Amino acid sequence: MSVIQEISRSKQNVSPRRKGDGRWALFFLAPWFVGLALITAGPMGASLYLSFTDYDLLSPAQWVGLENYTRMFDDPRFLNSLAVTFTYVFVSVPLQLAAALGLALLLDKGMRGLALYRSVYYLPSLLGGSVAIAILWRQIFGADGLVNQVLALFGVQGQGWVSHPDYALGTLMALNVWTFGAPMVIFLAGLRQIPQMYYEAASIDGASRFRQFRSITLPLLTPIIFFNLVLQLIEAFQSFTRAFVVSGGNGGPSDSTLLYTLYLYLKGFGSLDMGYASAMAWFLLLIIGGMTVVNFLASKYWVFYDD
Amino acid sequence: MLKHAGLIAFGFVMLYPLLWMVASSFKPNALIFREPGLIPTDIDLSNYTDGWNALLHPFSHYLINSAIVVLGSLLGNLLSCSLAAYAFARLEFRGKRLWFAVMLMSIMLPIHVVIVPQYVLFSQLEWINTFLPLIVPKLLATDAFFIFLMVQFFRGIPRELDEAATIDGANHLRIYLQIMLPLSLPALATTAIFTFIWTWNDFFSQLIFLTRPEMYTVPIALRTFVDSTGESSWGSLFAMSIVSLIPVFIAFLFGQKYLVKGIATTGIK
Repeated sequence: MSVIQEISRSKQNVSPRRKGDGRWALFFLAPWFVGLALITAGPMGASLYLSFTDYDLLSPAQWVGLENYTRMFDDPRFLNSLAVTFTYVFVSVPLQLAAALGLALLLDKGMRGLALYRSVYYLPSLLGGSVAIAILWRQIFGADGLVNQVLALFGVQGQGWVSHPDYALGTLMALNVWTFGAPMVIFLAGLRQIPQMYYEAASIDGASRFRQFRSITLPLLTPIIFFNLVLQLIEAFQSFTRAFVVSGGNGGPSDSTLLYTLYLYLKGFGSLDMGYASAMAWFLLLIIGGMTVVNFLASKYWVFYDD
Repeated sequence: MLKHAGLIAFGFVMLYPLLWMVASSFKPNALIFREPGLIPTDIDLSNYTDGWNALLHPFSHYLINSAIVVLGSLLGNLLSCSLAAYAFARLEFRGKRLWFAVMLMSIMLPIHVVIVPQYVLFSQLEWINTFLPLIVPKLLATDAFFIFLMVQFFRGIPRELDEAATIDGANHLRIYLQIMLPLSLPALATTAIFTFIWTWNDFFSQLIFLTRPEMYTVPIALRTFVDSTGESSWGSLFAMSIVSLIPVFIAFLFGQKYLVKGIATTGIK
């Protein structure tokens, strides 16, 4: 069903059929092979190499060994952007998934208007990554923005949320939580796959609704929770547009919204420190990869596979 | 009943910022900062006309640029990903499992790991400030996610159909063209809609590869608009933001079925 299950099961993908469609395979895969070599794998190797060099696009790359990597950990802006990103990811993703799961549970199977609710809650996920929504966010949480106008109705004097270092990142997290619709749709699909007879059997045994949730729904949903968690974490680490637009492209105020990829962009394409940007990219891959591996290892202890 | 009321109220609160942006785009600037309500006291279309002409080129110019990039990406993904998917779903060849694993891994690869060398490559080809860096990779099936989606779909098509066609003398190209593609319209539609929305919203790569104003796509134009006007003309900024969201909204309205199915079976955004 999902990419993740597919990866863990890819050993089984042998289809018993005649051998030797080699030439045809070459024909069908030709575009993909070229893309893999020139657009993906080649540049990957090249950026690994560049990460050990000093490179500014104009003059040839100079080998500097591990200097970019050691520089990263002496760079207060880098360390700050790392902290900002971790805060953003590990606060907003759990909240987003909690909202997604909560709403999915409220939207019972076969309830009236399910499709409509699902659409309404899903819409922000489709729009949330756009520049237009980031612009909207910047106004809403601005000094004269919608939020403060509403607060004023209750006699509360708000402040410029996006221009205050303590709150600016919070507005970006709010935007991430706002896009809970996509994981919610995945939860809904997962809930639908739980056989109704489990609940019937449990009711006959006199299990309460809460007990049914704890002993049936939650365990059977853990693979989906896991899947959503892995996916949303990977995605959140790469958030860029909202930080760029809300901060006006510099990660401000006081670097409080300097997400990792924004700093990478500023280094690589702002100050043309492309060796450093490549090292940052590889370190990002390391973080995301490491986190995903840890997730998979930890999943043994809490994810329940029925089959 | 109470639950419905709660769900409706919550949905309303969620969509309120969007609705308010639409309402505000019809209000004179001064009112945007004073009216949290939805009904404009004074309807004014000048935000749209002002916004349309606020940048170096009329906004239609950027809409057309975005449309070109989207169209190229769409054709690229539909063709190249379905070809690759056919090989993974129906052909036997050496190293298939390995290549399949490589393909799956590439889905998860952050673009940042390849963007610098890609930039170097495209600038040597003198492709910067053309749409080629945005379209050509799609023609080369680098959006591997859609290969995966189509492999899943192709596997569900009964093999008896190919076998019957093989007996009738059809080769793989004909099976692909005349059996797989016609039977895979739902998967192709899902691919088309997601490609459309993602490419339309894409900011990072367009920001990097398009730096000349006449090549700007909608997201880049909007961003320039924010920078150039600052806080002074929210009305026209909102108006153009809404113009930029309309195509996505239309795709959402007509493609909902495929979107929901696509996310539910593969877990994409």
